[in-house]
Amino acid sequence: MRGRFFNLCSALIKNGMKILSLLLAVSIIAFVLVTLSPIDPVQQYILGLGTAISQEQREEIEEYWGVGEPPVECYINWLTNVLRGDLGVSSLYRRPVADIIGERFLSSLALMVSSWLLSGIIGFSIGCLMGMRHGRFLDRFLKKVCYILSSVPTFWLGLVLLLVFSVWLGWFPIGFSSPIGVLSGDVTFGQRLYHLVLPAFTLSLMSFPNIALHTRQKLVEVLESDYVLFARARGEGNWDILRRHGIRNILMPAVTLQFTSFAELFGGSVMAENVFSYPGLGSAVAAAGLNSDVPLLLGITLFSTLFVCVGNMVADLLYAAIDPRVREAVE
Amino acid sequence: MEQNKNTILEIHDLSISFRMYDSRFEQTELKVISDLYLSVSPGEIVAVAGASGSGKSLLASAVLGLLPANASLSGHIHYKGQELTPELQKNLRGGGIALVPQSVEFLDPLMKVRSQTGGRDKAKTAERTRVFKRLGLPDDTENLYPFELSGGMARRVLVSTAMLSSAELIIADEPTPGMSLEQSLQALTMFRELAREGRAIILITHDIDLAFEFADRVAVFYAGTTVETAPASDFKQGPRALRHPYSKALWEALPQNSFRPIPGSQPYPGDLPKGCLFAPRCPMRTAECMEHVPPVRQIRGGEVRCFYGS
Ligand SMILES: Nc1ncnc2c1ncn2[C@@H]1O[C@H](COP(=O)(O)OP(=O)(O)O)[C@@H](O)[C@H]1O
Ligand code: SF4
Ligand SMILES: [Mg+2]
Repeated sequence: MRGRFFNLCSALIKNGMKILSLLLAVSIIAFVLVTLSPIDPVQQYILGLGTAISQEQREEIEEYWGVGEPPVECYINWLTNVLRGDLGVSSLYRRPVADIIGERFLSSLALMVSSWLLSGIIGFSIGCLMGMRHGRFLDRFLKKVCYILSSVPTFWLGLVLLLVFSVWLGWFPIGFSSPIGVLSGDVTFGQRLYHLVLPAFTLSLMSFPNIALHTRQKLVEVLESDYVLFARARGEGNWDILRRHGIRNILMPAVTLQFTSFAELFGGSVMAENVFSYPGLGSAVAAAGLNSDVPLLLGITLFSTLFVCVGNMVADLLYAAIDPRVREAVE
Repeated sequence: MEQNKNTILEIHDLSISFRMYDSRFEQTELKVISDLYLSVSPGEIVAVAGASGSGKSLLASAVLGLLPANASLSGHIHYKGQELTPELQKNLRGGGIALVPQSVEFLDPLMKVRSQTGGRDKAKTAERTRVFKRLGLPDDTENLYPFELSGGMARRVLVSTAMLSSAELIIADEPTPGMSLEQSLQALTMFRELAREGRAIILITHDIDLAFEFADRVAVFYAGTTVETAPASDFKQGPRALRHPYSKALWEALPQNSFRPIPGSQPYPGDLPKGCLFAPRCPMRTAECMEHVPPVRQIRGGEVRCFYGS
């Protein structure tokens, strides 16, 4: 037991180091790109304000960006601020970037987690169905559906769903995470959920074919394996095989894949949030880009790197914790 | 076809082909078993001996009705005098017929031994403890995952599944490699006890020594067909008591005899000779052997597929 805890800690530390070095690399690249671009964050901030600013304010912001100093020092200066938790102030929203990310992240997280669960459950079930019927009509039909769905762009799919369900049928709202004109404090959980359904569904439609096709493939492999042949020889029927051997052997790879799809999901959510005007990180990053809001852009870049890496790490650890073969190898 | 009511399993003219696609996506038939015959009666151990690739494992799958989807089968298999239909096979799996598979790959890698040898059921647990003990498996074996078993342990776990079943026909596919000599002897003794209870046992092996030491009868397979079946005692006596040139050559090739291997090699499926499958390597072949498939003939209490067998 103690050995296991120790191993978990060392795995955490190892992964943590990896993530830190990746974050460092991303921060350098992002900073260099911003420095090379024609956008001047100071100028942008002043422009965004629309009114004249005091000399004091100007000095403050110039200091944050290290104006007039060599690029390396600019970077170190900026990094020190970031490490202190000061991500700067958004020129677009006029508020500290950290606050914006915190707020929007929660909305995005709700969207991602719900569509992640939805696509995981739908994808796994459909994958099992296809695997059990492989080569038959149902399998071939669902396979086509999966291929079509995965080749359709998310924003287009989102627009179609928006047209059908919100505009024509009027079942769902057209956008935003809460009713317009209601104070954010007064929004009920039900209302939030209601506004979440369509974007989450769109997002899961985009990612479930992947998991379904993967699950199908793995299940077919399992069904053709020697151990299923022996299980059949012992008298197990199709349903026993799926329940006792199929799910046992395909669940972990599927969960792992589903965790690694967090990265893609993040990309997809940028699209879905923009189509549905859903106020999450995805729509913020688009707004930041369009409005040359450098601090917000850098902040979200760093934050999403962290988020995706942690998702992958959790997948690895989970896999190690559940698969007895990997567990043995680690211990 | 005449059925012997006393046999548990009787196979005549069994052929199995695989539908394959070649490099130009053209469908071809790959014949891996041709006109095979075999029978086994209650209380009897029949050894099936043959080189690797001679179709021994496929025979086991065919009897259980578990051939891959691209396989097609012709011929007759009778179980206790009844035509072995897919429905009957389904009922017999886990009941009348038990398989001892060939390797640890046949155990679910993510499932503990217990769940694959009868589960938690009380009576089963007691029975398993007894069988494991006799096979010399450590007490906690049932709590292990397949990857935690040594080669010999895995074989014994596989053998235990047959001992734990109440099947009337047991097909053991190479059950002993990887076991120590004592462990093999113990396992084979237990098979003999099962036979004494009136069960029929097909013991697949590529070890001809073992075949004639422990079995009542030996069936010799070559390139997917049965070339000879003979009482085990004939193999102990030597080539003069045997009927087929391949059986004689196998005997000669044993280390304790002349240890002289047979020149040439078993033909590949898809490249089988037209007449007798052994003709390309046979010292006695004639023009007729190259043209026609020899019939099965009854000679001195055995059967042989050779024009000149005596
Ligand atoms: N699924 C399959 N598809 C094509 N050929 C196969 C398949 N399974 C077995 N064979 C072929 O059938 C022959 C007999 O195989 P097998 O019964 O496993 O031999 P043995 O158990 O005697 O070593 C071999 O030549 C093998 O290549
Ligand atoms: S039939 Fe002819 S070739 Fe075949 S084993 Fe007999 S003698 Fe040899
Ligand atoms: Mg084999």
